[in-house]
Amino acid sequence: MTGAQMIVEALKREGVEVIFGYPGGAVIDIYDELYRTPEIKHVLVRHEQGAAHAADGYARSTGKVGVCLVTSGPGATNTVTGIATAYMDSIPVVILTGQVPTKLIGNDAFQEVDITGITRPCTKHNFLVKRTEDLPRILRAAFHIARTGRPGPVLVDLPKDVQQGKAEFYWPEEIRLRSYQPVYDPHPRQVEKAYRLLESCTRPVVLVGGGVISSGAHEEVRELAERLHLPVTMTLMGLGGFPGSHPQSLGMLGMHGTYYANMAVANSDLILAVGARFDDRVTGKVDAFAPMAKIIHIDIDPTSIQKNVRVDVPIVGDCKRSLEKLLEIVKEVARPEKIWREQFKEWWEQIEIWKKRYPLSYKQEGEYIKPQFVIEKLYELTRDKAQSGEIIISTEVGQNQMWTAQFYKFDRPRTLITSGGLGTMGFGFPAAIGAQMGHPGKLVVDIAGDGSIQMNIQEMATAMEQGLPVKVIILNNGYLGMVRQWQELFYERRYSAVKFQVIPDFVKLAEAYGALGLRATRPEEVEPVLKQALESDRLTLVDIHIAPEEGVFPMVPAGRATTEMILV
Amino acid sequence: MSERKHTLSVLVENTPGALARIAGLFSGRGFNIDSLCVAETLDPTLSHLTLVTTGDDLIIEQIIKQLRRLVDVYKVVDVTEEGEFVEREMALIKVRAEKETRAEVLRMCDIFRCKVVDVSPRTYTIEVTGPQSKLQAVIELLKPIGIKEIVRTGVIAMRREKKNP
Ligand SMILES: Cc1ncc(C[n+]2csc(CCOP(=O)(O)OP(=O)(O)O)c2C)c(N)n1
Repeated sequence: MTGAQMIVEALKREGVEVIFGYPGGAVIDIYDELYRTPEIKHVLVRHEQGAAHAADGYARSTGKVGVCLVTSGPGATNTVTGIATAYMDSIPVVILTGQVPTKLIGNDAFQEVDITGITRPCTKHNFLVKRTEDLPRILRAAFHIARTGRPGPVLVDLPKDVQQGKAEFYWPEEIRLRSYQPVYDPHPRQVEKAYRLLESCTRPVVLVGGGVISSGAHEEVRELAERLHLPVTMTLMGLGGFPGSHPQSLGMLGMHGTYYANMAVANSDLILAVGARFDDRVTGKVDAFAPMAKIIHIDIDPTSIQKNVRVDVPIVGDCKRSLEKLLEIVKEVARPEKIWREQFKEWWEQIEIWKKRYPLSYKQEGEYIKPQFVIEKLYELTRDKAQSGEIIISTEVGQNQMWTAQFYKFDRPRTLITSGGLGTMGFGFPAAIGAQMGHPGKLVVDIAGDGSIQMNIQEMATAMEQGLPVKVIILNNGYLGMVRQWQELFYERRYSAVKFQVIPDFVKLAEAYGALGLRATRPEEVEPVLKQALESDRLTLVDIHIAPEEGVFPMVPAGRATTEMILV
Repeated sequence: MSERKHTLSVLVENTPGALARIAGLFSGRGFNIDSLCVAETLDPTLSHLTLVTTGDDLIIEQIIKQLRRLVDVYKVVDVTEEGEFVEREMALIKVRAEKETRAEVLRMCDIFRCKVVDVSPRTYTIEVTGPQSKLQAVIELLKPIGIKEIVRTGVIAMRREKKNP
């Protein structure tokens, strides 16, 4: 078998259904093989960054490994932002890059780049394949590493002569890497300790992070929260890990979190953090973070524990399995629900006071469309789908992302696709393409800013080509809004380089690609335009002109304590 | 929290990217490597690496966890924390040895059990092996005589076996 055949065979055995990619001289042999392999669908993107984000969006929405295939040199470097995005959010992606023939490596050959060197800090692992016979083993390992433990992107660099060489295909059914042994099962004594703390605390908060979603622990979180009557807050990556419309949900915490989530965390005496890594956007000033709280931290990656905050009960293990064990104790002890309720009665009373004092709010008045109003309307129109998981929302980065996080209620896991860790503008639309490829029947909506959408707008052609009915809702404020907001608040309104002199006519642009373009400039147009978009069976771009200087509130200024919120 | 030198013993897959990954882990996080020694082990698919670094307990904990997280890394032991250990470093020291000082250099070699490995009319090259403290002592004593060049290997370390099992 040739190397290229082995690669495609390996992909088939890994159950790969779709690849996002862009061809070139260094991968032409693999493309030739794909030509003969109708079982694997190839999505031709318009920029390799789009391929990486699409593979990522596919992975986030399906829970499977996303795959992207690009050529050497510029093809490979174009994926780096996508790889770093997946790395920061622990998303399983396998990136296949072409490479110059092994003999030329290191010679500054045409389209040569040391992509394993470049991506070493932003991949979970990467490989340069030196011999054709190693291909099946390495590809097997790559998928295994990507999807197990703390998931992440794995890059495999494939020199041209390795693709063209011939060898026997040997597929290792079982894969064991002696140096890579993630711990899934939590230490029973630690779980026991965690339970004791829960029994003795009076002001607990559960903090749900992205790990809950990647390990599929949302049901366990919910069961635990309901049985023990615990309030639950979520990180941006954790949204959907616990139902946002649940009465025990406090919504998101952190820089743009709710007042009540941040107050609850700041005043808690126990935090049960599940699959969250205490990012600085969540903690604010670390020294002032939850000063009275004991912290139980469940995470599959030991490096996350004790990295940013001190932890009293570290539990290294898979979130789902760890919560299952915790629930076993809860059931065994069989403490009546009444007692739990009683234990947290005052705490809930306090939380209700906070909730009443500063709910998330905005006023839709005057001639301008408020962005929050748009998101709320969208939620209203799609509530059923949100509750059944039939809608997937991706976002770009900036205010659009935060308004979505605040005002849309994510009830199901894997229904919010957003770049949390890296905050990558231009992520949402190609990720939506990936999500729609993985879920042809679902409604996929990208909430965008006028800045972000222009970073990968060329992928409209990809979506058209694939017949994907993705909806893009542009919250068009004519600004790089989030940066403008910082300049307004912290730089005395010196609006440096945040206003584009030229913004394309998005409706015409949509039409130029053959898509549907819609626009709303007045509040009363919002609902009809959204309805029309949601009913359309085509790629649709909705240009909504929002209040140009609207801000995202509450806001915790960077580096401040989370209790020092700027409210509306 | 006080900063301390830690000697880490790391077993890692003997593959091309492995060392770069470890070095990158340090540079990417602004941790410093004081010294680093690598060579194959009895099992040629594994390399042994002795790494000396400085930091407070939290930083060292992070470093060790980050090292363990690397897919290639098989085992990490903080030998400084694991009871007694032997540590050795070797240095080659080229020292000025003119008529008046030649005897003194030789005497020093004798005392410290160093070996003279090269001789020229104006220099001796000395091989010295031992714990870092000994190397430091030899270097300090030879400095006034005039050191022309030093090459040091960096530390290797190994846990002491328990004497009464
Ligand atoms: C690739 C990239 N470049 C720059 C930034 C910095 N940045 C963060 S938010 C933002 C403004 C985003 O503007 P827009 O997409 O119009 O969204 P809005 O905030 O107005 O909703 C910028 C420039 C980023 N996050 N990503």
